[in-house]
Amino acid sequence: MSDIFLLAPEGVFFLILLALFAQSALQSALAGCPWGRYVPQVTFWLPPATVFVLVVAAVGLAFSGNLFSGTYSIDAVSQFFKLAVALGFTFVVVNASRQPTLSKDRRSDYFLFMAFSAWGLMLLASANELVTMYLALELSSYSLYILIPIRERSKEAAEAGAKYILFGAAATAISLYGLSLIIAAQHTTFISQMAHLDWSFTGNPQAAAGLSLFLSGMFYKLALFPFHFWCPDVYQGSSNETAAFVATLPKLGAVVILIRLAAFLKPGLEITTILAVLSAISMTFGNLCALAQKDVKRLLGFSSVAHAGYILVGLVAGTPQGLAAAAFYSLAYVIMNLLCFWVVSRVAADGRNLQLKDLNGLYKRAPALAFSLAVGAFALVGLPPTIGFMGKLFLVSAAWNNGYNWLVIIFVLNSALAIYYYLSLVRHAYTEEEAPENAPDTSFFASAGAVVLAALALILGIVPALAFNFAVDAGAALF
Amino acid sequence: MSIPVLSILIFLPVAASLLVVFLKEDLAIRKVTLIASILEALAAIPLLWFEPAAGFQFVERVSWVPTWGLEYYLAVDGISILMIWLSVFTLPLCVLCSWTYIGRRIKEFHICLLLMTTACIGVFSAMDFVLFYVFWEAMLIPMYLLIAVWGGDQRRYASIKFFLYTLAGSALLLVVIVAFRVVGGTFAIPELMNSFFSFRFQFWVFLAMALAFAIKVPMFPFHTWLPAAHVQAPSAGSVILAAVLLKMGTYGFLRFCLPLAPEASAYFAPLMIGLSIASILYGGAIALGQTDIKKLVAYSSVAHMGFVTLGIFLFEQAGTQGALLQMLNHGIVTGGLFMMIGAVYERSHSREIGANLGLGKYLPAFMGFWGLFALASLGFPGTNGFVGEVLVFISAFRADTVVGLLIVPGALLGAAYMFRVSLKLAWGQPSTAASWKDLNKREWTYLVLPAVFTLVIGLAPGPFLRLMDPSINRLLNDYHTRTLKPVVASVDADSAVAGLTYARFALDFMANPDKEIPLADQVTITPQSLMLARATGNAPEREALSGIAPIVAEGAQQ
Repeated sequence: MSDIFLLAPEGVFFLILLALFAQSALQSALAGCPWGRYVPQVTFWLPPATVFVLVVAAVGLAFSGNLFSGTYSIDAVSQFFKLAVALGFTFVVVNASRQPTLSKDRRSDYFLFMAFSAWGLMLLASANELVTMYLALELSSYSLYILIPIRERSKEAAEAGAKYILFGAAATAISLYGLSLIIAAQHTTFISQMAHLDWSFTGNPQAAAGLSLFLSGMFYKLALFPFHFWCPDVYQGSSNETAAFVATLPKLGAVVILIRLAAFLKPGLEITTILAVLSAISMTFGNLCALAQKDVKRLLGFSSVAHAGYILVGLVAGTPQGLAAAAFYSLAYVIMNLLCFWVVSRVAADGRNLQLKDLNGLYKRAPALAFSLAVGAFALVGLPPTIGFMGKLFLVSAAWNNGYNWLVIIFVLNSALAIYYYLSLVRHAYTEEEAPENAPDTSFFASAGAVVLAALALILGIVPALAFNFAVDAGAALF
Repeated sequence: MSIPVLSILIFLPVAASLLVVFLKEDLAIRKVTLIASILEALAAIPLLWFEPAAGFQFVERVSWVPTWGLEYYLAVDGISILMIWLSVFTLPLCVLCSWTYIGRRIKEFHICLLLMTTACIGVFSAMDFVLFYVFWEAMLIPMYLLIAVWGGDQRRYASIKFFLYTLAGSALLLVVIVAFRVVGGTFAIPELMNSFFSFRFQFWVFLAMALAFAIKVPMFPFHTWLPAAHVQAPSAGSVILAAVLLKMGTYGFLRFCLPLAPEASAYFAPLMIGLSIASILYGGAIALGQTDIKKLVAYSSVAHMGFVTLGIFLFEQAGTQGALLQMLNHGIVTGGLFMMIGAVYERSHSREIGANLGLGKYLPAFMGFWGLFALASLGFPGTNGFVGEVLVFISAFRADTVVGLLIVPGALLGAAYMFRVSLKLAWGQPSTAASWKDLNKREWTYLVLPAVFTLVIGLAPGPFLRLMDPSINRLLNDYHTRTLKPVVASVDADSAVAGLTYARFALDFMANPDKEIPLADQVTITPQSLMLARATGNAPEREALSGIAPIVAEGAQQ
């Protein structure tokens, strides 16, 4: 097979980008001109196109190869994550296609930036060299900076955008500084060569410090403590649909880099211990803060901080199983959060921010949404038979007896801590009777999307092997 | 056996609940659920061909997540089969006793009941540790909803307390399961029962498991969620909670703690016995002071379950028999009592004793059933409660007179609180029941079944004991073999030469596979060598080995 075909998923995605660009340009050029109405609506053709990318990405699972002098590798890891990105992007686009806080003339620009960001993540999945990673990461970040403030009549969105840029710029700068230290100390930026070098603090302090600093850029994307401060604010400030994107896909990008690097971060290394400690703090801090939240998106924001910690449990194990578990959990995380954000977006049919009490009596007003929210909440807790439980099981069993048993214990205790606030989502939706006035979206579109995502969370919880086998291949590919 | 009996039992309620989703009429929902529950009982008929002596049966074993070693592995033995029957028969009773009691959100209610049954049967039949945990945790969701949606005034508090308590308890159980997989190499419970774990490992594993199970039982310091949950739950919820859910805790002790952590079980036995006695006395004493009938029965559950855990941790045949039988009895009797409380609540709209006085004259049938269940609850001869309690008593006195004497007040308290409430209900003055109707046909139906079993088990416990005996013997044999101290035994060569040779061979082979086996009169026999020989030897060798265990035990005492 010619090498060019290996790029099929991101290639097809790039064509969509071009189409979006053309759409955007045509729309502004033809504004006010009678031919303008012949330009098709972006929400009309984009969802089917993303489904097509999803299919191509699924076909692409079998690809493997090395491109661009080894900086870009097509392997089980990259293809798994490309599929995950394509899957997430499809749902995000469908979700955002009915965004009430987005005016019609901004739509094509909005989706253009969103697609750019997702495309950057696809490239990131294959990046096998630090500079390539950095470029792909920036590609996906820059468009997010523009995306977040796009919310009609909202100062909070502008504030969220500013916060995201400032934190992002700082984290990126730190990351870049770390990169320079790594190059100075190890004279290479290729992961395949880095794997054989010394990363202990005693052996090579400059390299260890450099790698730690480089990772902080990923921690920022992942919203891991202490780089999480933007997370609840940005979720709260940006529109529900944008938050659905910010909360899910960029984390995949961060996880894929951490997975590639974790392959040589063996248990016992100082950096690995730092990861473990940050993981423990992140999950505990995230869950404790979430307990006090009244705004649903803020609650989900702190829950993301906790989940970032959970994913690291698999990474510090330093085994193929651990990486597979982390990869699977990140997929689970994306599905669970898309599910919750879908419900949030539909219940807030007018695009406002949702308080917990706005969910009261949802079972009566929108049974499908209420059921899906319950599935999503129980999946986030990690209760069977959902994908969240399977993800948790894989993480725990991969990490046990690899030097960080204390972390595993903190992990399972945290899921007991977290039950309270996830349960309050279910409690408001199912047991509170007096309903607020604002009506949720009960259209077929709303229910169908929610039920599809809920079914995905349940089916992958009952038959996890469907997706988990690919994650196992991905984990094994790095060893 | 080619019919997947257990899978049918597990998935039939799921299928029925999917059907119920599409029904609109309340009556149709009730009828469909009732029919499904009767079908479920019919589907359990093949379990009557259970062979007590044959170990794990009705095995279904399919790979589930091959890359992680998870299996869909179901089986029953003498310990679980009674619990499965109990779960199956609880479902139709719950549907019947909610026929008029539950008046709103009927569809969701019946879906919850059906899914509860699935989870309960799953817990008792799962032989893969992860599968067990899946059902164990999944059960929390419908139970939470039963309390939180259809409960009393304090339902929010009670349901969250129930959920937090049980989830926190079982969080560490997940780590235990994973640790077993890492150390023992498999999630399959029967295989794990044949492996050995160091005492240090057993120590921690036992603590984590005991926490999860003790909360579920619930044992004395962890019992506070139970009265809250029972009082707030609707009748059917209380029935499932009492009849099936609490049994999961004691089942866990029998299925996991004793076989997988035998030395730690022996080590912690004094603690567990102490907590059991505390549960018996404390539960009884608090029950004596209650004015709310439901709360009274809830505290009596704490006391009854204390008898069960006590029986388990005496590690003795009569005690374990009594415990297992008491699990069944408590399910039947307390389930019956909770259904009756539901029935009287529908008449008086109060669960206070003072609001339900003097029923004897106006509701004779009701009082008759109540009397029977109350007598069974306090362990009156001729009822099933007597058989279970007496077996535990015998075992307790045999083990230690002090333990036996300590639980005597517990039995007296049982009589005191049960008679106190029954007398007031029957003859209390002034009667509040003048205009009430006696039991209708539906109420008769759902009370007759437990009443029949109360008497049958009370008068002829033999068949039930025979059903569980081989499994109990195997459990205790394994336990005693594993907790033996390694000894140097001088053995009379004629007495058990075949078995000894085999044990010696096994031992030497383990230590030194290549060496010639020296012959000596003195051998060190460890539990491991005996178990290994038992697991790998052929039939005559196993036979001979059973002769050697007492010799080793004697050696240990010297």
